[in-house]
Amino acid sequence: MRPFAYDRPTTIADAVASGAQPETAFLGGGTNLLDLMKGNISRPARLVDVTRLPGLSTIEWLQDGGVRIGALVRNSDLAHDPRFANRFPSVAEALLSGASAQLRNAATAAGNVLQRTRCQYFYDAASVCNKRDPGTGCGAIGGLTRLHAVLGWSEHCIATHPSDFCVPLVALDAVVEIEGRAGRRDVPLEALHRLPGNTPERETVLEPGDVITAIRLPAEAAAYAGNARYLKVRERTSYAFAVVSAGAALRLDQGTIVSARLALGGVALKPWRARAAEDLLAGALPGATVFRDAAALALAEARPCGDNGFKIELARRIIVRALTLAAAGTPDRVPALPASPFALAPTQEVSAHV
Amino acid sequence: MSDITMPNVAAIERSRHGSSIGQPVTRREGHLKVTGQAGYAADYNPPGLLHAVMAVSGISRGRVTHLDVAAAEAHPGVVKVMTPANAPKLAKSPDDKDHGFMFRMNVLQNDSVRFANQPIAVVIAETLEAATEGVALLRPRYAEEPARIGLDGSAAFALQAVGAGAPAKGGIGDIEAGLAEAATRFEATYETPAQYHNPLEPHATVAEWDGDKLVLHTPSQGLTMAQGRIAGLFGIDPANILIKSPFLGGGFGAKGLFSGPQVLGIMAARFVGRPVKLVLRREQMFGPVGHRGETRQTLRLGADSTGGLTALEHNTLTTTSFYDDFFEPAGTTSRHLYASPAIATSHEGVRADIGTPIFMRAPGEAPGSAALECAIDELAVKAGMDPLDFRLRNYAEIEPITGKPFSSKALRQCYAQGAARFGWASRPRAPRQMRDDDGLLVGWGVGTATFPAMIFPSEARAVLRVDGSARVEIGAQDMGQGAWTSLAQIAADGLGVDYDKLDLEIGSSALPTGGIAGGSAGTATAGSAIHHAAADVIKKLAALATSDERSPLFGAGNSGVVPRDGRLVRQDDESRGESYASILARAGLAEIDGKGSAGPNPSMQESYAMHSHGAVFAEVKVDPDFGQIRVTRLVGAFAAGRIINPRMVRSQYYGGMIWGVGFALHEHAAADPRSGRLMNANLAEYHVPVNADVPLIEAILVEEHDPHVNVLGLKGVGEIGITGTVGAIANAVWHATGVRARAFPITLDTLLERPGDI
Repeated sequence: MRPFAYDRPTTIADAVASGAQPETAFLGGGTNLLDLMKGNISRPARLVDVTRLPGLSTIEWLQDGGVRIGALVRNSDLAHDPRFANRFPSVAEALLSGASAQLRNAATAAGNVLQRTRCQYFYDAASVCNKRDPGTGCGAIGGLTRLHAVLGWSEHCIATHPSDFCVPLVALDAVVEIEGRAGRRDVPLEALHRLPGNTPERETVLEPGDVITAIRLPAEAAAYAGNARYLKVRERTSYAFAVVSAGAALRLDQGTIVSARLALGGVALKPWRARAAEDLLAGALPGATVFRDAAALALAEARPCGDNGFKIELARRIIVRALTLAAAGTPDRVPALPASPFALAPTQEVSAHV
Repeated sequence: MSDITMPNVAAIERSRHGSSIGQPVTRREGHLKVTGQAGYAADYNPPGLLHAVMAVSGISRGRVTHLDVAAAEAHPGVVKVMTPANAPKLAKSPDDKDHGFMFRMNVLQNDSVRFANQPIAVVIAETLEAATEGVALLRPRYAEEPARIGLDGSAAFALQAVGAGAPAKGGIGDIEAGLAEAATRFEATYETPAQYHNPLEPHATVAEWDGDKLVLHTPSQGLTMAQGRIAGLFGIDPANILIKSPFLGGGFGAKGLFSGPQVLGIMAARFVGRPVKLVLRREQMFGPVGHRGETRQTLRLGADSTGGLTALEHNTLTTTSFYDDFFEPAGTTSRHLYASPAIATSHEGVRADIGTPIFMRAPGEAPGSAALECAIDELAVKAGMDPLDFRLRNYAEIEPITGKPFSSKALRQCYAQGAARFGWASRPRAPRQMRDDDGLLVGWGVGTATFPAMIFPSEARAVLRVDGSARVEIGAQDMGQGAWTSLAQIAADGLGVDYDKLDLEIGSSALPTGGIAGGSAGTATAGSAIHHAAADVIKKLAALATSDERSPLFGAGNSGVVPRDGRLVRQDDESRGESYASILARAGLAEIDGKGSAGPNPSMQESYAMHSHGAVFAEVKVDPDFGQIRVTRLVGAFAAGRIINPRMVRSQYYGGMIWGVGFALHEHAAADPRSGRLMNANLAEYHVPVNADVPLIEAILVEEHDPHVNVLGLKGVGEIGITGTVGAIANAVWHATGVRARAFPITLDTLLERPGDI
């Protein structure tokens, strides 16, 4: 590994100052960054270990009913917090469907949000990659593209964002609290990650030195608790990234959808909020037809970037199922195989695509 | 090796009486392993140790034109960079082959690149971190040529031999005539991908030179072969090479033949004149240490109106490298498994810019039985028969091509016991008939398992001591399968001593040659030599006793006494006997030793076909909208002769069956066809099953007596679990969905090809 300086600030101001230096990376749980460093993909000159910053490891309940998740709260601690899981069950389910127990024990909330893509060409130092080495080209285009993006990609980058956690978060209007050189600011999670465009190396709107201190869920998000699910299709039963995933949440009143929240994972370089589909669902009676229409709308702009056309149809089906499950009600307990098709009881007559 | 002390086994296991063989004793080395005290090769840190890291090629074909050696050597901690320009010249070209069982290596003897991830330099440093950074600083430049990748990347060519030297072609009868007379005909092509062994412990060497003497800590499945290979390459006497390999973190064939990176570790130590440790990074396991080659298998089958096979043709195309020959013998399974008047098997090769494939757990049988078991299933369905009935209808009472009787074959009992346990009788014939309570599609499938019973030459030494303890020495290897335990059980019974009083030494080249821990033959190979060595000791001891008039055994004659719990007793009256201690003490001996050897028995091989068999039943569930597949139940019933340790054997079957799950649904080395680089060369992306993929698994040990196969009557169990399982799962996927997936692994998008209506 490249030798690096190691800072361990004890105040956020110091962390911001330290992190604003060139070629610097923040170190949280290290579950992604250290692998990237060992693989010579990330070569920071300085690591700023933020894990000793005070006050960032708590789950704080706000007076208005919202919640503030400290940046350093471990994925496992958050998922297993009974009050959190009760209010935001699809977020807990998404967390528990990700990675392995060991990784969840180490990974932090902010680190999850800021994890890098799993694009194999990004990880392969011998391949070109505009994200890793701007201007060298996209190694994935024309190569193995089965799992790449179907929404929001550009000719410069077709990678996807791998987080499960972010999918229901973005559906539920999560806000990211940031401390930077210009002080504190809030950014909606939906606006944090950037689509690749011409600058895939710019992954987020964060500026040098910016420290994510918390992720906030508004009180309104808890209103979906009774009808919120996360569903993740993957290539083995556990410990795999999503081929496609969906977070669906409904507010129902006397059987009618008052409002809907829907986001997709594994389809774009950011967690993909499907607002047009949400609008279509609002005011409708839950049912297969409207769910299919919503799914079609959510994928209206989708196009394959290679051998991944199947993901578009798969995403539609996952949306329909996730909405169906959400409409049926959140189960009392997170299933033993969280977010897995094998843990769920499809409540509609099951179709026959396969 | 005396530096490894096995802890005592639990008291409950010590209370056993009589035979050790057949007892489910736990692993002798288990306590060492779970407490971190079992020293693997890379755990060894001699004084003055340096760390070496390989730089590997980013291209698949061409030449290295530049390495920034100066930048790497300027990095603090880097001691030296070994490149083709300065690497020690070997006494023998690594491309010279003395025989077909020797494979070419890429060990910095020139600047050519023959596959991606080929070693192109080795950086040696005071720390692992410094060596790693030194590699990054080399920034290689290449003269690249277009890579030729995959089964269609170059022209196919005919082969003479496949695998370990089996003929590429084999058969009986007239295929075309068989097909012409068939009432039902079926033809299909199946593909299996390149797979990489990936034992948890990567290849590692700690090499120490003292003049022309070498001490090497490295995992090896064949110590004597490794010793010979090193001796040839470095021009030294094999006796000057000591290899220590007490524990392997898995081998699966990747550690059977000595590999290029292991040679580089030895070269690096000579190059810097200090002890050097070289451990492969996980991504470096994908290329220079072998893999299972891709196959494309086309089968043509015919059956008469009663379901009897009239023709079975199995043609295989498989990849190898451009610089050496190893061909996955996928068609050989079809020579042994089903009765047919006409059988034809053939293999063709195709070269690609890849590292040479090598033996990988169930070489040939794994991909071959995957295709055969699917094709048999498809033909059964086409013939309107239950797939299990169809297999029974075509049961081979003798080996089809050779006409030899089987030394033993309890396959019929495997089918029966497995089917009963699984509940096969209630299976609906047609696909898509079963759903679970959640609406998931459910399917059941069956596959036949088979693997040849082999044995390799080996030698052992056994010692009985006057204090009643015993010792057995053999350079056998424990890859994790339980050799430390099962060989001790065989030794204890052979010597007639309590298992606890037996001290076993394995895993060092200083010991008598233990043959190969491969081909599922490790226990037969080492166990038979141990058995004979023990018999030799007992014979010498008997001679002492029966010729001494002071012994109660005087006059009994050597053949009239048998060992029992530390005593020799008269065969005709077991109450009359004498303890080993007493016999030795009177003779004034502290100990008495004997030697034994084992190996293939040509007359038995001439007379009998020798195979393990089994039947695997699989249940899968498939999400009808997403095509995601989960194996929910596996029942395997296997017959493999005498079972030395049912706990270890069951564990081997489980491991094989889980491997079969990975073969069927997960494992796949994904090569970018443009560059030839493997894009999933890590364990996050190269999927193998996790616990959630294997919810319920059972292995039934079917009784089988084999008086012919070897002196112990045991067959191998290490590889057979994969065979049968892959086909059973694929057939279950069809039964659940009605979709025949003929390319492995079966992924969800294959099943999604059925048009949906959302």
